[in-house]
Amino acid sequence: MQMHSLSFDVSHTLAGGLVLISFMMLYQDRLYSLLNVFTLHALVLALSVAWQAFIQNAPHLYVTAAIALVFKAIVIPVALHRIVKQLGIHRDIESAVGIGPTMLAGMGLVALSMVLMLRVTAEADPLAREDLAFALSVVLLGLLVMVTRRNAVSQVVGFMSLENGLVLAATGAKGMPLVVEISVAFSILIAFIVIGIFLFRIRERFDSVDVSALDDYRGEQR
Amino acid sequence: MTMPSFDPVAAVLLIPIVSAALLAVLPGYRLTARLNVLASLATFLSALSLFVIERPQPGPYVLIDDLNIVFIVLNTFVGFTTSIFSASYIAHELETGRLTPVYLRFYHAMYQTMMFGMNLAFVSNNIGLMWVAVEIATLTTVLMVGIYRTHAALEAAWKYFILGSVGIAFALFGTILVYMAARPVVGEGQDAMVWTVLVERAGQFDPALLNVAFIFLFLGYGTKVGLAPLHAWLPDAHAEGPTPISAVLSGLLLNVALYALLRFKILLAANPSAIAPGPLMVTIGLVSLVFAAFMLYRRRDIKRLFAYSSIEHMGIIVFAFGMGGPLANFAGLLHMVMHSLTKSAIFYAVGHISQIKGTQRISRIRGLTVSHPALGWGLVVGVAAIAGLPPLGIFMSEFLVVSSTFARQPLLAIVLVLGILLAFGALMLRLTSAAFGRPRGSTASAEASYVPMFAHLALVLTAGIYLPAPLVVWFQHVARLLG
Repeated sequence: MQMHSLSFDVSHTLAGGLVLISFMMLYQDRLYSLLNVFTLHALVLALSVAWQAFIQNAPHLYVTAAIALVFKAIVIPVALHRIVKQLGIHRDIESAVGIGPTMLAGMGLVALSMVLMLRVTAEADPLAREDLAFALSVVLLGLLVMVTRRNAVSQVVGFMSLENGLVLAATGAKGMPLVVEISVAFSILIAFIVIGIFLFRIRERFDSVDVSALDDYRGEQR
Repeated sequence: MTMPSFDPVAAVLLIPIVSAALLAVLPGYRLTARLNVLASLATFLSALSLFVIERPQPGPYVLIDDLNIVFIVLNTFVGFTTSIFSASYIAHELETGRLTPVYLRFYHAMYQTMMFGMNLAFVSNNIGLMWVAVEIATLTTVLMVGIYRTHAALEAAWKYFILGSVGIAFALFGTILVYMAARPVVGEGQDAMVWTVLVERAGQFDPALLNVAFIFLFLGYGTKVGLAPLHAWLPDAHAEGPTPISAVLSGLLLNVALYALLRFKILLAANPSAIAPGPLMVTIGLVSLVFAAFMLYRRRDIKRLFAYSSIEHMGIIVFAFGMGGPLANFAGLLHMVMHSLTKSAIFYAVGHISQIKGTQRISRIRGLTVSHPALGWGLVVGVAAIAGLPPLGIFMSEFLVVSSTFARQPLLAIVLVLGILLAFGALMLRLTSAAFGRPRGSTASAEASYVPMFAHLALVLTAGIYLPAPLVVWFQHVARLLG
């Protein structure tokens, strides 16, 4: 019983930490600091997944944890750092919405996911349901980051934090098959996006990776 | 059977993936284009053999039933005809230098990988595997949309990528929730993701959890179907990629996402206390239909025009499946098949037309029936079909949708008819300017392969006049399956 409540507390703390770090992402106004916060996000995710692997006695989850650690906390941030440097876009992030409204919206989303998931999963076991509520918060906050940023690199960071929420949900669902495969598939997806950003620039087709430039092109040249 | 070792399921998966690997390394346009056609034909023939061969028992990964055979056969057939069209289309692209041989190799490999992804999504009995397969199919189309590497193409690919990724993320969250709902009943592990097991036991699942799961799945896969508030990627992706890809996007990829939605709809219907997915699908379907019908009037780009028409028709199909019942399901299924055939035929015509004219702007395309009779009249018949004129197949399926709706929900039927009429007007407006009058722009003769286009149109015409009885029985059976 003692052990159970300890394992419960630790996984709770880690999942809650992820939500907190997602909030920290919302108010970063520099690309470098956003990347650093994301690195922290990935680290906490790796810890959380490893802890789930330990308490669920599911060794295959260590693979997912290792992917989170090596790929998301080291390779991708380093690669994005270099891209940001090469593109010379380490100036301020132009967020589409101010920090105040963004934070308020973030709180609203977290409240929404808590109310929704806790009410819906009243009969599920407490660890899983609270994990799921946290995971949905992380997903929605990641979506918020994507919506409020105009810059392509920060949109990718938003997408990756969203995906971290999904991994959290998948590992929290005890005994779910294909988790490792899905995390590998997602890593490939992200690698494609990052390579894509890089190639856009290499080919010099885009003058900037500012997505608001996309608005120039509504497809209908008259 | 004469060949006991022949496994059609393995064939529809292995042929595309093996030929994708081959096409990635083989040089030469002629060889690879032919190999692409050949591989697609072989896949189609193996899919056809599903009709006659004894079906395998549903396993943890693979399921073959009446519903997905329809989808697989349609998928591989349009994949096959598109590969023929693609061969002549791509030859022109190589001549004009829009594609280099290296990119061509990549294009063919991606084409077969996409076919693999779609077929895998159809045969998979595991909701996790299905998700992975849809992701593969999406990724390959993203890469092909951006293949011209022009500013516009990269932007379209980027938009598709981001929106598609968000969609795919939601779909995964929904899949996880379904697993969570199933776990207490089915037990941990593999079984709780196997669709056939889930449907059997769905009655005991926690309905609230299942409801939330369906909302996420609907948002996720709905993005890929191109339903109205989530459709933003679709017109760009259609307009900027190579036209064979527009044809398979409209004709096939939208169906894959729709198929995933239908599977989960059946799952939800098996639980009496869960919400009925019907009203949600009806609403979103109608919104897509009316929205797309209005948007059709403002289109200046011919591929974009037909992309919006795809949104419109997906709206009608989702509406029909949302209404449910044997008749509406039958109509939805028929409409889906007719739309796939017609829309890909239109894109075959549009592909050659835009190559000849060197533009996709509708205002620069005039008098096609005079300068290029085969292409022009092909387009006329195709657009007449897609707009729902009798005696073509879409008229019949739309008539069935409308009449079955009138019998049950007259108010909804009025909105439905309004949307269809609006779209009809827009399409006719654009068609008359493009097809008739004095020819404008280049009148160079087309080196086109007309066979795929006219084959599709002939099928649509035949279906409009006479549906073979076995097909009707089959569709009726599937319609009952869909609830």
